[in-house]
Amino acid sequence: MSAVTASDAPKLGLRRLAHEIGPPLAGITGAVAVWAVIAALTTTEGVPSPLETWNAFVAGMADGTIPEATVKTLIRLAFSFALAVAFGTLLGVAFTLNEFARRSLRPLVVALQIVPFVAWVPIAVIWFGATERAVVFVTVVGSFPSVTLATMAAMRQVPPILKRAGRTLGADGWSLYRDVILPAALPGFMAGLQQAWGFAWKALMTAELIIAAAGAIGLGHLLAEEADDMPSLVAVVAVIAVIGVLVDYLVFNRLDRRVRRRRGLLIEG
Amino acid sequence: MSDVITSRLRPAEAPGEGPPKLAVRDLVKTRRSTSGAVVTAVDHVTFDVRLGEFLCLLGPSGCGKTSILNVLAGLDEPTSGEALLDGRPIAGPGPDRAVLFQEPALFPWLSVAGNVDLALKLTGTPASERPDRIRTWLANVGLEAFADVQPHELSAGMRQRAQLARALATEPEVLLGDEPFGALDAQARELLQDEVQRVWLERGGRKTFVFVTHNVREAALLADRVLVMSAAPGRLLEEVRISAPRPRQLDDVLVARVVSDVHELLMREVERARADGSDRPILPQESDR
Repeated sequence: MSAVTASDAPKLGLRRLAHEIGPPLAGITGAVAVWAVIAALTTTEGVPSPLETWNAFVAGMADGTIPEATVKTLIRLAFSFALAVAFGTLLGVAFTLNEFARRSLRPLVVALQIVPFVAWVPIAVIWFGATERAVVFVTVVGSFPSVTLATMAAMRQVPPILKRAGRTLGADGWSLYRDVILPAALPGFMAGLQQAWGFAWKALMTAELIIAAAGAIGLGHLLAEEADDMPSLVAVVAVIAVIGVLVDYLVFNRLDRRVRRRRGLLIEG
Repeated sequence: MSDVITSRLRPAEAPGEGPPKLAVRDLVKTRRSTSGAVVTAVDHVTFDVRLGEFLCLLGPSGCGKTSILNVLAGLDEPTSGEALLDGRPIAGPGPDRAVLFQEPALFPWLSVAGNVDLALKLTGTPASERPDRIRTWLANVGLEAFADVQPHELSAGMRQRAQLARALATEPEVLLGDEPFGALDAQARELLQDEVQRVWLERGGRKTFVFVTHNVREAALLADRVLVMSAAPGRLLEEVRISAPRPRQLDDVLVARVVSDVHELLMREVERARADGSDRPILPQESDR
Protein backbone atom coordinates (compact mmCIF):
# COMPACT_ATOMS: atom_id res chain seq x y z
CA MET A 1 0.00 0.00 0.00
CA SER A 2 2.60 2.53 1.10
CA ALA A 3 4.98 1.46 -1.69
CA VAL A 4 2.32 2.23 -4.28
CA THR A 5 1.71 5.65 -2.78
CA ALA A 6 5.40 6.44 -2.64
CA SER A 7 6.04 5.55 -6.29
CA ASP A 8 2.89 7.32 -7.41
CA ALA A 9 3.58 10.66 -5.79
CA PRO A 10 6.48 11.87 -7.97
CA LYS A 11 4.82 10.57 -11.12
CA LEU A 12 1.71 12.58 -10.30
CA GLY A 13 3.88 15.64 -9.64
CA LEU A 14 5.62 15.30 -13.00
CA ARG A 15 2.35 14.75 -14.79
CA ARG A 16 0.94 17.83 -13.16
CA LEU A 17 3.97 19.86 -14.19
CA ALA A 18 3.67 18.57 -17.76
CA HIS A 19 -0.03 19.38 -17.68
CA GLU A 20 0.77 22.88 -16.43
CA ILE A 21 3.59 23.93 -18.76
CA GLY A 22 3.11 21.49 -21.65
CA PRO A 23 0.60 23.50 -23.72
CA PRO A 24 2.33 26.91 -23.38
CA LEU A 25 5.67 25.25 -24.16
CA ALA A 26 4.19 23.68 -27.29
CA GLY A 27 2.79 27.07 -28.35
CA ILE A 28 6.12 28.84 -27.86
CA THR A 29 8.06 26.09 -29.68
CA GLY A 30 5.65 26.28 -32.58
CA ALA A 31 5.93 30.07 -32.78
CA VAL A 32 9.75 29.94 -32.74
CA ALA A 33 9.68 27.29 -35.50
CA VAL A 34 7.44 29.45 -37.69
CA TRP A 35 9.68 32.43 -36.94
CA ALA A 36 12.80 30.43 -37.94
CA VAL A 37 11.22 29.47 -41.27
CA ILE A 38 10.22 33.06 -42.06
CA ALA A 39 13.69 34.31 -41.00
CA ALA A 40 15.36 31.79 -43.33
CA LEU A 41 13.37 33.26 -46.22
CA THR A 42 14.40 36.87 -45.50
CA THR A 43 17.48 38.89 -44.55
CA THR A 44 18.67 39.80 -41.08
CA GLU A 45 17.45 43.37 -41.68
CA GLY A 46 14.00 41.98 -42.49
CA VAL A 47 13.43 39.25 -39.94
CA PRO A 48 16.40 38.21 -37.80
CA SER A 49 16.58 34.50 -37.03
CA PRO A 50 15.89 33.17 -33.53
CA LEU A 51 19.61 32.41 -33.15
CA GLU A 52 20.68 35.95 -34.17
CA THR A 53 18.15 37.33 -31.73
CA TRP A 54 19.36 35.04 -28.97
CA ASN A 55 22.95 36.16 -29.60
CA ALA A 56 21.87 39.80 -29.43
CA PHE A 57 20.06 39.04 -26.18
CA VAL A 58 23.16 37.34 -24.71
CA ALA A 59 25.30 40.30 -25.77
CA GLY A 60 22.81 42.73 -24.26
CA MET A 61 22.85 40.75 -21.02
CA ALA A 62 26.66 40.56 -21.02
CA ASP A 63 27.27 44.28 -21.52
CA GLY A 64 24.60 45.10 -18.95
CA THR A 65 22.26 47.13 -21.15
CA ILE A 66 19.27 44.77 -20.84
CA PRO A 67 19.56 44.03 -17.09
CA GLU A 68 20.07 47.72 -16.28
CA ALA A 69 17.17 48.84 -18.43
CA THR A 70 14.96 46.08 -17.04
CA VAL A 71 15.63 47.09 -13.43
CA LYS A 72 14.98 50.78 -14.19
CA THR A 73 11.78 49.90 -16.01
CA LEU A 74 10.50 47.60 -13.28
CA ILE A 75 11.12 50.21 -10.59
CA ARG A 76 9.19 52.76 -12.66
CA LEU A 77 6.46 50.23 -13.24
CA ALA A 78 6.13 49.26 -9.59
CA PHE A 79 5.86 52.89 -8.56
CA SER A 80 3.38 53.84 -11.30
CA PHE A 81 1.25 50.72 -10.84
CA ALA A 82 1.06 51.20 -7.08
CA LEU A 83 -0.07 54.79 -7.67
CA ALA A 84 -2.62 53.69 -10.27
CA VAL A 85 -4.04 50.99 -7.98
CA ALA A 86 -4.26 53.31 -4.98
CA PHE A 87 -5.87 56.14 -6.92
CA GLY A 88 -8.07 53.87 -9.04
CA THR A 89 -9.38 51.94 -6.02
CA LEU A 90 -10.12 55.09 -4.03
CA LEU A 91 -11.98 56.56 -6.97
CA GLY A 92 -13.91 53.31 -7.52
CA VAL A 93 -14.97 53.14 -3.88
CA ALA A 94 -15.91 56.83 -3.91
CA PHE A 95 -18.04 56.30 -7.02
CA THR A 96 -19.81 53.42 -5.31
CA LEU A 97 -20.53 55.48 -2.21
CA ASN A 98 -21.60 58.68 -3.93
CA GLU A 99 -24.08 58.63 -6.75
CA PHE A 100 -23.38 62.19 -7.81
CA ALA A 101 -19.64 61.55 -8.04
CA ARG A 102 -20.34 58.41 -10.02
CA ARG A 103 -22.74 59.98 -12.47
CA SER A 104 -20.66 63.08 -13.03
CA LEU A 105 -17.18 61.54 -13.22
CA ARG A 106 -17.66 58.01 -14.53
CA PRO A 107 -17.94 59.13 -18.20
CA LEU A 108 -14.59 60.89 -17.82
CA VAL A 109 -12.97 57.72 -16.49
CA VAL A 110 -14.43 55.73 -19.36
CA ALA A 111 -13.07 58.37 -21.76
CA LEU A 112 -9.62 58.03 -20.20
CA GLN A 113 -9.89 54.28 -20.63
CA ILE A 114 -10.66 54.70 -24.31
CA VAL A 115 -8.03 57.31 -25.26
CA PRO A 116 -4.85 55.51 -26.50
CA PHE A 117 -1.87 55.88 -24.14
CA VAL A 118 0.24 57.49 -26.83
CA ALA A 119 -2.11 60.49 -26.93
CA TRP A 120 -1.03 61.40 -23.39
CA VAL A 121 2.65 61.50 -24.22
CA PRO A 122 2.78 64.99 -25.81
CA ILE A 123 0.54 66.37 -23.06
CA ALA A 124 2.74 64.79 -20.39
CA VAL A 125 5.88 66.25 -22.00
CA ILE A 126 4.34 69.73 -22.16
CA TRP A 127 3.28 69.51 -18.51
CA PHE A 128 6.31 67.79 -17.01
CA GLY A 129 9.02 68.01 -19.68
CA ALA A 130 10.95 64.89 -20.76
CA THR A 131 11.15 63.65 -17.18
CA GLU A 132 10.42 60.63 -15.03
CA ARG A 133 7.23 62.35 -13.96
CA ALA A 134 5.98 62.44 -17.54
CA VAL A 135 6.58 58.69 -17.89
CA VAL A 136 4.82 57.94 -14.59
CA PHE A 137 1.91 60.20 -15.57
CA VAL A 138 1.30 58.36 -18.84
CA THR A 139 1.47 54.99 -17.08
CA VAL A 140 -0.89 55.95 -14.28
CA VAL A 141 -3.41 57.60 -16.60
CA GLY A 142 -3.19 54.55 -18.85
CA SER A 143 -3.95 52.05 -16.12
CA PHE A 144 -5.98 53.54 -13.26
CA PRO A 145 -9.31 53.64 -15.19
CA SER A 146 -9.30 49.82 -15.35
CA VAL A 147 -8.88 49.66 -11.59
CA THR A 148 -11.68 52.17 -11.00
CA LEU A 149 -14.15 50.51 -13.35
CA ALA A 150 -13.37 47.03 -12.01
CA THR A 151 -13.69 48.21 -8.40
CA MET A 152 -17.13 49.66 -9.14
CA ALA A 153 -18.30 46.58 -11.01
CA ALA A 154 -16.99 44.26 -8.30
CA MET A 155 -18.71 46.19 -5.51
CA ARG A 156 -21.94 46.42 -7.47
CA GLN A 157 -21.95 42.67 -8.03
CA VAL A 158 -21.70 41.73 -4.35
CA PRO A 159 -24.71 39.45 -3.79
CA PRO A 160 -27.42 41.40 -1.89
CA ILE A 161 -27.96 38.40 0.40
CA LEU A 162 -24.43 38.83 1.79
CA LYS A 163 -25.04 42.51 2.50
CA ARG A 164 -28.34 41.66 4.20
CA ALA A 165 -26.66 38.93 6.23
CA GLY A 166 -23.94 41.36 7.25
CA ARG A 167 -26.47 43.97 8.33
CA THR A 168 -28.45 41.49 10.44
CA LEU A 169 -25.19 40.46 12.12
CA GLY A 170 -24.62 44.04 13.17
CA ALA A 171 -22.43 45.38 10.38
CA ASP A 172 -23.27 48.92 9.38
CA GLY A 173 -21.58 51.86 7.69
CA TRP A 174 -17.84 51.33 7.65
CA SER A 175 -17.89 47.81 9.13
CA LEU A 176 -20.30 46.67 6.41
CA TYR A 177 -17.70 47.79 3.85
CA ARG A 178 -14.68 46.50 5.72
CA ASP A 179 -16.09 43.11 6.71
CA VAL A 180 -18.55 42.29 3.94
CA ILE A 181 -18.57 44.38 0.76
CA LEU A 182 -14.83 44.80 0.20
CA PRO A 183 -13.91 41.15 0.84
CA ALA A 184 -16.87 40.02 -1.27
CA ALA A 185 -15.69 42.26 -4.11
CA LEU A 186 -12.12 40.94 -4.05
CA PRO A 187 -12.34 38.45 -6.99
CA GLY A 188 -13.73 41.11 -9.35
CA PHE A 189 -11.19 43.61 -8.09
CA MET A 190 -8.35 41.15 -8.79
CA ALA A 191 -9.56 40.75 -12.37
CA GLY A 192 -9.35 44.54 -12.69
CA LEU A 193 -5.80 44.56 -11.35
CA GLN A 194 -4.76 41.97 -13.90
CA GLN A 195 -6.19 44.05 -16.73
CA ALA A 196 -4.68 47.24 -15.32
CA TRP A 197 -1.29 45.56 -15.15
CA GLY A 198 -1.42 44.84 -18.89
CA PHE A 199 -2.36 48.45 -19.59
CA ALA A 200 0.31 49.81 -17.26
CA TRP A 201 3.00 47.75 -18.98
CA LYS A 202 1.93 48.89 -22.43
CA ALA A 203 1.59 52.52 -21.39
CA LEU A 204 5.02 52.48 -19.76
CA MET A 205 6.65 51.03 -22.89
CA THR A 206 4.94 53.67 -25.02
CA ALA A 207 6.05 56.45 -22.72
CA GLU A 208 9.63 55.17 -22.44
CA LEU A 209 9.94 54.73 -26.16
CA ILE A 210 9.03 58.35 -26.81
CA ILE A 211 10.21 60.17 -23.71
CA ALA A 212 13.94 59.88 -23.14
CA ALA A 213 13.98 60.64 -19.46
CA ALA A 214 17.24 62.16 -18.31
CA GLY A 215 19.74 59.51 -17.28
CA ALA A 216 17.28 56.66 -16.90
CA ILE A 217 17.29 54.20 -19.72
CA GLY A 218 14.44 51.67 -19.67
CA LEU A 219 13.37 48.84 -21.94
CA GLY A 220 11.21 51.22 -23.96
CA HIS A 221 14.22 53.50 -24.50
CA LEU A 222 16.22 50.53 -25.78
CA LEU A 223 13.56 50.09 -28.46
CA ALA A 224 14.37 53.59 -29.69
CA GLU A 225 18.13 53.17 -29.39
CA GLU A 226 18.42 49.82 -31.10
CA ALA A 227 16.32 50.87 -34.08
CA ASP A 228 19.25 50.26 -36.45
CA ASP A 229 20.07 46.83 -35.02
CA MET A 230 17.27 44.46 -35.87
CA PRO A 231 18.35 41.41 -33.77
CA SER A 232 18.78 43.59 -30.64
CA LEU A 233 15.45 45.25 -31.28
CA VAL A 234 13.64 41.92 -31.50
CA ALA A 235 15.52 40.71 -28.40
CA VAL A 236 14.22 43.71 -26.44
CA VAL A 237 10.67 43.15 -27.71
CA ALA A 238 10.97 39.52 -26.57
CA VAL A 239 12.17 40.60 -23.12
CA ILE A 240 9.21 42.98 -22.83
CA ALA A 241 6.81 40.23 -23.83
CA VAL A 242 8.34 37.63 -21.51
CA ILE A 243 8.27 39.97 -18.50
CA GLY A 244 4.66 40.84 -19.26
CA VAL A 245 3.60 37.20 -19.49
CA LEU A 246 5.59 36.11 -16.44
CA VAL A 247 4.14 38.80 -14.19
CA ASP A 248 0.65 38.11 -15.48
CA TYR A 249 1.03 34.40 -14.87
CA LEU A 250 3.14 34.25 -11.74
CA VAL A 251 1.60 37.16 -9.87
CA PHE A 252 -1.92 37.92 -11.05
CA ASN A 253 -3.03 34.54 -12.29
CA ARG A 254 -1.80 32.86 -9.11
CA LEU A 255 -3.38 35.42 -6.81
CA ASP A 256 -6.63 35.18 -8.74
CA ARG A 257 -6.68 31.39 -8.56
CA ARG A 258 -5.88 31.42 -4.87
CA VAL A 259 -8.71 33.81 -4.08
CA ARG A 260 -11.15 31.90 -6.23
CA ARG A 261 -10.18 28.47 -4.99
CA ARG A 262 -10.69 29.57 -1.41
CA ARG A 263 -14.24 30.63 -2.27
CA GLY A 264 -15.11 27.57 -4.30
CA LEU A 265 -15.26 29.62 -7.51
CA LEU A 266 -12.63 27.53 -9.23
CA ILE A 267 -13.63 24.18 -10.66
CA GLU A 268 -10.62 22.01 -11.28
CA GLY A 269 -10.82 18.96 -13.50
CA MET B 1 -60.84 19.77 16.14
CA SER B 2 -58.48 17.83 18.35
CA ASP B 3 -57.49 18.65 21.89
CA VAL B 4 -53.85 19.41 21.04
CA ILE B 5 -54.68 22.42 18.99
CA THR B 6 -57.07 25.23 19.54
CA SER B 7 -57.96 27.52 16.76
CA ARG B 8 -59.34 30.96 17.09
CA LEU B 9 -60.72 32.87 14.21
CA ARG B 10 -59.48 36.15 15.56
CA PRO B 11 -55.72 36.36 15.79
CA ALA B 12 -55.08 38.51 18.78
CA GLU B 13 -52.56 39.20 21.48
CA ALA B 14 -50.23 36.45 22.42
CA PRO B 15 -51.03 34.61 25.62
CA GLY B 16 -48.85 35.08 28.65
CA GLU B 17 -47.66 37.89 30.82
CA GLY B 18 -46.10 41.18 29.98
CA PRO B 19 -45.84 43.19 26.80
CA PRO B 20 -45.18 41.32 23.56
CA LYS B 21 -41.59 40.83 22.41
CA LEU B 22 -42.57 41.57 18.83
CA ALA B 23 -45.68 43.25 17.57
CA VAL B 24 -46.97 43.73 14.05
CA ARG B 25 -49.68 46.38 13.78
CA ASP B 26 -51.87 46.68 10.71
CA LEU B 27 -48.88 45.97 8.51
CA VAL B 28 -49.20 46.63 4.79
CA LYS B 29 -46.37 45.93 2.41
CA THR B 30 -46.62 46.66 -1.29
CA ARG B 31 -43.98 46.21 -3.91
CA ARG B 32 -43.60 47.07 -7.53
CA SER B 33 -43.57 44.11 -9.89
CA THR B 34 -41.13 44.06 -12.79
CA SER B 35 -43.95 45.15 -15.07
CA GLY B 36 -44.43 48.22 -12.91
CA ALA B 37 -47.74 47.27 -11.29
CA VAL B 38 -48.14 47.77 -7.54
CA VAL B 39 -48.64 44.41 -5.84
CA THR B 40 -49.89 44.08 -2.28
CA ALA B 41 -47.74 41.46 -0.61
CA VAL B 42 -49.02 41.89 2.95
CA ASP B 43 -52.52 43.19 3.59
CA HIS B 44 -53.27 44.67 7.03
CA VAL B 45 -51.71 42.03 9.21
CA THR B 46 -51.70 42.33 12.98
CA PHE B 47 -50.20 39.94 15.51
CA ASP B 48 -48.04 39.76 18.63
CA VAL B 49 -45.23 37.45 19.57
CA ARG B 50 -44.71 36.75 23.23
CA LEU B 51 -41.24 36.61 24.82
CA GLY B 52 -39.96 33.05 24.58
CA GLU B 53 -42.61 31.99 22.09
CA PHE B 54 -41.96 29.90 18.99
CA LEU B 55 -44.22 31.26 16.26
CA CYS B 56 -44.58 29.97 12.72
CA LEU B 57 -46.05 31.96 9.84
CA LEU B 58 -47.49 29.32 7.56
CA GLY B 59 -48.70 29.99 4.07
CA PRO B 60 -48.33 29.20 0.40
CA SER B 61 -45.44 30.62 -1.60
CA GLY B 62 -45.90 34.27 -2.41
CA CYS B 63 -48.25 34.98 0.51
CA GLY B 64 -46.04 37.74 1.87
CA LYS B 65 -44.74 35.86 4.89
CA THR B 66 -41.15 36.64 3.93
CA SER B 67 -42.08 40.31 3.59
CA ILE B 68 -43.33 40.27 7.18
CA LEU B 69 -40.12 38.63 8.34
CA ASN B 70 -37.99 41.18 6.49
CA VAL B 71 -39.86 43.99 8.23
CA LEU B 72 -39.25 42.31 11.61
CA ALA B 73 -35.59 41.90 10.69
CA GLY B 74 -35.43 45.60 9.84
CA LEU B 75 -34.28 44.84 6.30
CA ASP B 76 -37.47 46.32 4.81
CA GLU B 77 -39.76 49.12 5.91
CA PRO B 78 -43.53 48.76 6.16
CA THR B 79 -45.59 50.52 3.50
CA SER B 80 -47.99 51.33 6.31
CA GLY B 81 -48.59 50.06 9.80
CA GLU B 82 -45.72 49.26 12.10
CA ALA B 83 -43.54 46.58 13.58
CA LEU B 84 -42.39 46.86 17.18
CA LEU B 85 -39.62 45.24 19.16
CA ASP B 86 -40.17 45.56 22.93
CA GLY B 87 -42.74 48.22 22.15
CA ARG B 88 -40.40 50.37 20.06
CA PRO B 89 -40.63 50.70 16.28
CA ILE B 90 -38.06 48.61 14.44
CA ALA B 91 -35.72 51.06 12.74
CA GLY B 92 -33.27 48.72 11.07
CA PRO B 93 -31.48 45.43 11.38
CA GLY B 94 -29.62 44.70 14.57
CA PRO B 95 -27.78 41.89 16.27
CA ASP B 96 -30.65 41.53 18.76
CA ARG B 97 -32.55 39.83 15.91
CA ALA B 98 -30.62 37.14 14.07
CA VAL B 99 -31.88 35.93 10.71
CA LEU B 100 -31.64 32.50 9.11
CA PHE B 101 -31.93 33.00 5.38
CA GLN B 102 -33.26 30.34 3.06
CA GLU B 103 -29.97 30.19 1.20
CA PRO B 104 -27.28 29.99 3.87
CA ALA B 105 -25.73 33.42 3.53
CA LEU B 106 -22.27 32.42 4.74
CA PHE B 107 -19.35 34.61 3.74
CA PRO B 108 -17.44 32.49 1.21
CA TRP B 109 -14.05 34.04 1.95
CA LEU B 110 -14.21 32.99 5.61
CA SER B 111 -14.00 29.52 7.11
CA VAL B 112 -16.92 28.17 9.14
CA ALA B 113 -15.21 29.36 12.32
CA GLY B 114 -14.37 32.66 10.62
CA ASN B 115 -18.04 33.26 9.86
CA VAL B 116 -18.99 32.77 13.50
CA ASP B 117 -16.01 34.85 14.57
CA LEU B 118 -17.08 37.77 12.41
CA ALA B 119 -20.57 37.73 13.93
CA LEU B 120 -19.04 37.81 17.41
CA LYS B 121 -16.63 40.55 16.40
CA LEU B 122 -19.42 42.69 14.95
CA THR B 123 -21.36 42.45 18.20
CA GLY B 124 -18.32 43.49 20.20
CA THR B 125 -17.39 40.19 21.83
CA PRO B 126 -13.80 40.55 23.13
CA ALA B 127 -11.25 38.64 21.04
CA SER B 128 -10.25 36.57 24.07
CA GLU B 129 -13.76 35.15 24.48
CA ARG B 130 -14.41 34.39 20.83
CA PRO B 131 -12.52 31.08 20.39
CA ASP B 132 -14.48 29.48 23.24
CA ARG B 133 -17.81 30.76 21.96
CA ILE B 134 -17.00 29.54 18.45
CA ARG B 135 -16.08 26.08 19.75
CA THR B 136 -19.22 25.86 21.86
CA TRP B 137 -21.56 26.82 19.04
CA LEU B 138 -19.92 24.70 16.39
CA ALA B 139 -20.16 21.76 18.80
CA ASN B 140 -23.82 22.64 19.41
CA VAL B 141 -24.61 22.17 15.73
CA GLY B 142 -22.23 19.24 15.24
CA LEU B 143 -19.68 21.11 13.15
CA GLU B 144 -16.73 21.11 15.56
CA ALA B 145 -14.69 19.06 13.08
CA PHE B 146 -15.40 21.54 10.28
CA ALA B 147 -14.23 24.76 11.91
CA ASP B 148 -11.47 25.43 9.39
CA VAL B 149 -13.42 24.31 6.32
CA GLN B 150 -14.62 26.81 3.71
CA PRO B 151 -18.42 27.04 3.30
CA HIS B 152 -18.38 25.76 -0.28
CA GLU B 153 -16.90 22.48 0.93
CA LEU B 154 -19.93 21.77 3.13
CA SER B 155 -23.19 20.05 2.21
CA ALA B 156 -26.33 22.18 2.06
CA GLY B 157 -27.47 20.89 5.46
CA MET B 158 -24.11 21.62 7.05
CA ARG B 159 -24.13 25.12 5.61
CA GLN B 160 -27.47 25.76 7.25
CA ARG B 161 -26.06 24.47 10.53
CA ALA B 162 -23.12 26.81 10.18
CA GLN B 163 -25.58 29.64 9.56
CA LEU B 164 -27.51 28.57 12.66
CA ALA B 165 -24.30 28.63 14.73
CA ARG B 166 -23.39 32.06 13.36
CA ALA B 167 -26.87 33.40 14.07
CA LEU B 168 -27.07 32.09 17.62
CA ALA B 169 -23.47 32.60 18.75
CA THR B 170 -24.15 36.26 19.47
CA GLU B 171 -27.03 35.24 21.78
CA PRO B 172 -29.72 37.25 19.99
CA GLU B 173 -33.05 37.69 21.75
CA VAL B 174 -34.98 36.89 18.61
CA LEU B 175 -34.28 34.37 15.85
CA LEU B 176 -36.07 34.97 12.54
CA GLY B 177 -36.09 32.10 10.06
CA ASP B 178 -37.02 32.66 6.43
CA GLU B 179 -37.85 29.12 5.31
CA PRO B 180 -34.34 28.20 6.39
CA PHE B 181 -34.81 24.49 5.72
CA GLY B 182 -36.98 24.78 2.61
CA ALA B 183 -34.22 23.87 0.19
CA LEU B 184 -32.87 20.91 2.16
CA ASP B 185 -33.52 17.24 1.58
CA ALA B 186 -35.90 15.58 4.05
CA GLN B 187 -33.20 14.07 6.21
CA ALA B 188 -31.12 17.20 6.58
CA ARG B 189 -34.30 19.16 7.26
CA GLU B 190 -35.32 16.86 10.11
CA LEU B 191 -31.87 17.09 11.69
CA LEU B 192 -31.96 20.88 11.54
CA GLN B 193 -35.50 21.01 12.91
CA ASP B 194 -34.42 18.88 15.87
CA GLU B 195 -31.44 21.16 16.35
CA VAL B 196 -33.58 24.28 16.36
CA GLN B 197 -36.14 22.79 18.71
CA ARG B 198 -33.41 21.70 21.10
CA VAL B 199 -31.70 25.11 21.08
CA TRP B 200 -35.00 26.83 21.71
CA LEU B 201 -35.92 24.44 24.53
CA GLU B 202 -32.50 24.79 26.17
CA ARG B 203 -33.10 28.49 26.46
CA GLY B 204 -36.66 27.89 27.55
CA GLY B 205 -38.74 31.01 27.73
CA ARG B 206 -35.96 33.45 26.91
CA LYS B 207 -35.51 33.19 23.15
CA THR B 208 -38.24 34.22 20.78
CA PHE B 209 -38.25 32.36 17.47
CA VAL B 210 -40.32 33.38 14.45
CA PHE B 211 -40.10 31.04 11.47
CA VAL B 212 -41.70 31.41 8.08
CA THR B 213 -42.58 28.16 6.35
CA HIS B 214 -44.89 26.62 3.81
CA ASN B 215 -44.39 23.24 5.40
CA VAL B 216 -47.30 22.24 7.68
CA ARG B 217 -45.27 19.46 9.30
CA GLU B 218 -42.45 21.86 10.12
CA ALA B 219 -44.87 24.32 11.69
CA ALA B 220 -46.57 21.57 13.71
CA LEU B 221 -43.25 20.24 14.92
CA LEU B 222 -41.73 23.55 15.96
CA ALA B 223 -44.39 26.09 16.82
CA ASP B 224 -46.30 27.03 19.95
CA ARG B 225 -48.56 28.94 17.68
CA VAL B 226 -49.06 28.92 13.92
CA LEU B 227 -50.46 31.86 12.01
CA VAL B 228 -51.97 30.57 8.80
CA MET B 229 -51.83 33.04 5.92
CA SER B 230 -53.86 33.26 2.75
CA ALA B 231 -52.42 33.29 -0.73
CA ALA B 232 -51.46 36.73 -2.10
CA PRO B 233 -52.24 39.30 -0.96
CA GLY B 234 -51.13 37.88 2.39
CA ARG B 235 -53.69 38.07 5.19
CA LEU B 236 -53.99 36.17 8.43
CA LEU B 237 -56.55 33.41 8.08
CA GLU B 238 -56.29 31.47 11.26
CA GLU B 239 -54.38 31.11 14.44
CA VAL B 240 -53.56 27.63 15.68
CA ARG B 241 -52.15 27.00 19.15
CA ILE B 242 -50.30 23.75 19.58
CA SER B 243 -50.00 22.37 23.07
CA ALA B 244 -48.36 19.06 22.22
CA PRO B 245 -45.55 18.33 24.69
CA ARG B 246 -41.91 18.85 23.76
CA PRO B 247 -39.50 17.76 22.53
CA ARG B 248 -41.69 16.74 19.63
CA GLN B 249 -40.95 14.24 16.91
CA LEU B 250 -42.43 14.28 13.45
CA ASP B 251 -43.83 10.78 13.99
CA ASP B 252 -45.44 11.69 17.34
CA VAL B 253 -49.12 10.86 17.19
CA LEU B 254 -49.99 14.32 18.46
CA VAL B 255 -47.85 16.09 15.89
CA ALA B 256 -49.35 13.97 13.15
CA ARG B 257 -52.81 14.94 14.36
CA VAL B 258 -51.90 18.63 14.35
CA VAL B 259 -50.64 18.28 10.82
CA SER B 260 -53.87 16.73 9.61
CA ASP B 261 -55.97 19.25 11.53
CA VAL B 262 -54.07 22.22 10.10
CA HIS B 263 -54.42 20.72 6.65
CA GLU B 264 -58.14 20.45 7.25
CA LEU B 265 -58.25 24.05 8.42
CA LEU B 266 -56.43 25.22 5.34
CA MET B 267 -58.74 23.27 3.07
CA ARG B 268 -61.79 24.69 4.80
CA GLU B 269 -60.47 28.22 4.36
CA VAL B 270 -59.84 27.58 0.72
CA GLU B 271 -63.38 26.25 0.31
CA ARG B 272 -64.81 29.23 2.10
CA ALA B 273 -62.83 31.63 -0.05
CA ARG B 274 -64.22 29.88 -3.11
CA ALA B 275 -67.77 29.92 -1.77
CA ASP B 276 -67.48 33.66 -1.17
CA GLY B 277 -66.85 33.93 -4.85
CA SER B 278 -64.89 37.12 -4.48
CA ASP B 279 -61.51 38.24 -3.29
CA ARG B 280 -63.23 39.91 -0.35
CA PRO B 281 -61.05 39.50 2.70
CA ILE B 282 -61.87 36.41 4.72
CA LEU B 283 -60.29 37.81 7.80
CA PRO B 284 -62.54 38.62 10.73
CA GLN B 285 -60.39 41.66 11.47
CA GLU B 286 -61.20 42.84 7.99
CA SER B 287 -64.96 42.36 8.24
CA ASP B 288 -64.95 44.23 11.55
CA ARG B 289 -64.09 47.40 9.77
